[in-house]
Amino acid sequence: MSLKKACAIAGVAESRLGVVPDSTVMTLQAEAMVAALAEAGLEKSDVDAVFSSGNWGRLPQLQAAEYLGIRPSYSDNTSVGGASFEFHLGHAAAAIQAGLCKVAVILYGSTQRSRRERRIFETHTDLGYQYEVPYGLPIPVGAYALAASRHMAQYGTTSEQMAELAVATRAWAQLNPAAYRRDPLTVDEVLASDMIASPLHRLDCCLVTDGGGCIVVVSPEIAKSMPKAPVWLLGQGEAHSHAQISEMPELTVTPAAQSGKRAFAMAGIKHGDLDVVEIYDSFTITVLLTLESLGFCKPGESGAFVTGGRTAPGGEFPLNTNGGGLSYCHPGQYGIFLLIEAVRQLRGECGDRQVADATLALASGTGGVLSSNSTCILGLE
Amino acid sequence: MAEELPDPDSAPYWEGIAAGELRYQRCGACDAAIFYPRSICPVCGTPDPAWQVSAGEGVVHACSVIHRAPPVHKDEAPYVVALVDLAEGFRMMSRIVDCAPDAVAVGQNVRVVYRDDSDGKPAPYFAPAGEV
Repeated sequence: MSLKKACAIAGVAESRLGVVPDSTVMTLQAEAMVAALAEAGLEKSDVDAVFSSGNWGRLPQLQAAEYLGIRPSYSDNTSVGGASFEFHLGHAAAAIQAGLCKVAVILYGSTQRSRRERRIFETHTDLGYQYEVPYGLPIPVGAYALAASRHMAQYGTTSEQMAELAVATRAWAQLNPAAYRRDPLTVDEVLASDMIASPLHRLDCCLVTDGGGCIVVVSPEIAKSMPKAPVWLLGQGEAHSHAQISEMPELTVTPAAQSGKRAFAMAGIKHGDLDVVEIYDSFTITVLLTLESLGFCKPGESGAFVTGGRTAPGGEFPLNTNGGGLSYCHPGQYGIFLLIEAVRQLRGECGDRQVADATLALASGTGGVLSSNSTCILGLE
Repeated sequence: MAEELPDPDSAPYWEGIAAGELRYQRCGACDAAIFYPRSICPVCGTPDPAWQVSAGEGVVHACSVIHRAPPVHKDEAPYVVALVDLAEGFRMMSRIVDCAPDAVAVGQNVRVVYRDDSDGKPAPYFAPAGEV
């Protein structure tokens, strides 16, 4: 069964981003929810479903809903890392289609920068992890470094090509007033930044910031009376293949190969139909692998694909137009911001970074250690 | 290392390591080599795979020189963490030791050696090997 146009996005908002010391994970989620509901022209009392993922708290879903004063009749805290929110959108669409809810909020907030409460990768030493922990792989960066090393050995991908992606993403950030890093960046500067886990340099890695976001998802019936043009979910697919990197079936093929196929088929569109693409950039290599897995280029060709400013402002493939996790913000689980940017691009609200006449957008979230992916295709019609 | 280790799945593995044996499992139904140890074959779903002993010879599938190490390993950096493909058909994480970190490359032949980890517990590591 298809989820095509089963729901629309009625409101999106970020909280304050960057370094927000006078906040908690709750205040950031509240900030974002108030703004997103206002955009949708809805009240908190209209909300009957909650979707969230947190890397804090004991029972984050219950804590967030309690704080915000929501008693949902549909609830889902699928937590598969940074991709969780793209999973949530698909699940919300299915729930709305089944008539189980009408107005859902997807929520995220993190104060990992200010409070150092990054718990999701806190050293778990038992079960499957006992076979990895003795070796001191820093998680997540070391896992992505292993995949990058494999891609380089298998296909001849270079550090310069990965740096090109970071540079192009920074150029987008320079056009986004909300971005955390907006100073110019060169390939040489990326290559000269500290080596963290070879082949990944510091500037191949995403930011560590605070921040939160909210997305209001509504039924087609409610979408008719929204203040803004509805942004429709046209296709979605999801997949996960492993929890730890030593169990990844193929280090250069992410679960996006599976989820992307379903999303494109559901939406009934081709790659070339897309106007703007938002791909989770926890690390530069994440984007290269995802481009291949989604089928934007052939296996092994992503290094060449991103070379020459192709994904930068003015390039032929507008990618990560808010400045991405690399330069805009990355509060631990970044996926919600991919959807927020895709919606704003489709509404034409992006100012200097606006992609002209954007009517079809893709948002692809990757979580864990290349473990999970959900890909969403959004459109105006 | 957590106190609850080894657990019922991992005990034969860690007992093997203490005895200088690299043990893995093989499915009695589909013949898949299985690592890490499980009570069920992750390929075909058949319970109770059989324990076998690896010759400890493998190839580096992927590797990374770790410069910014987790706090407990800080003093050991730089070191090489690798995924090693064992000849019997399973893959495991380890470190490549007894060589310069930058000298380790994908495709290199390696052989198991046993060292104590930072908790003083024996663990399997790998060292460069000649042509096998």
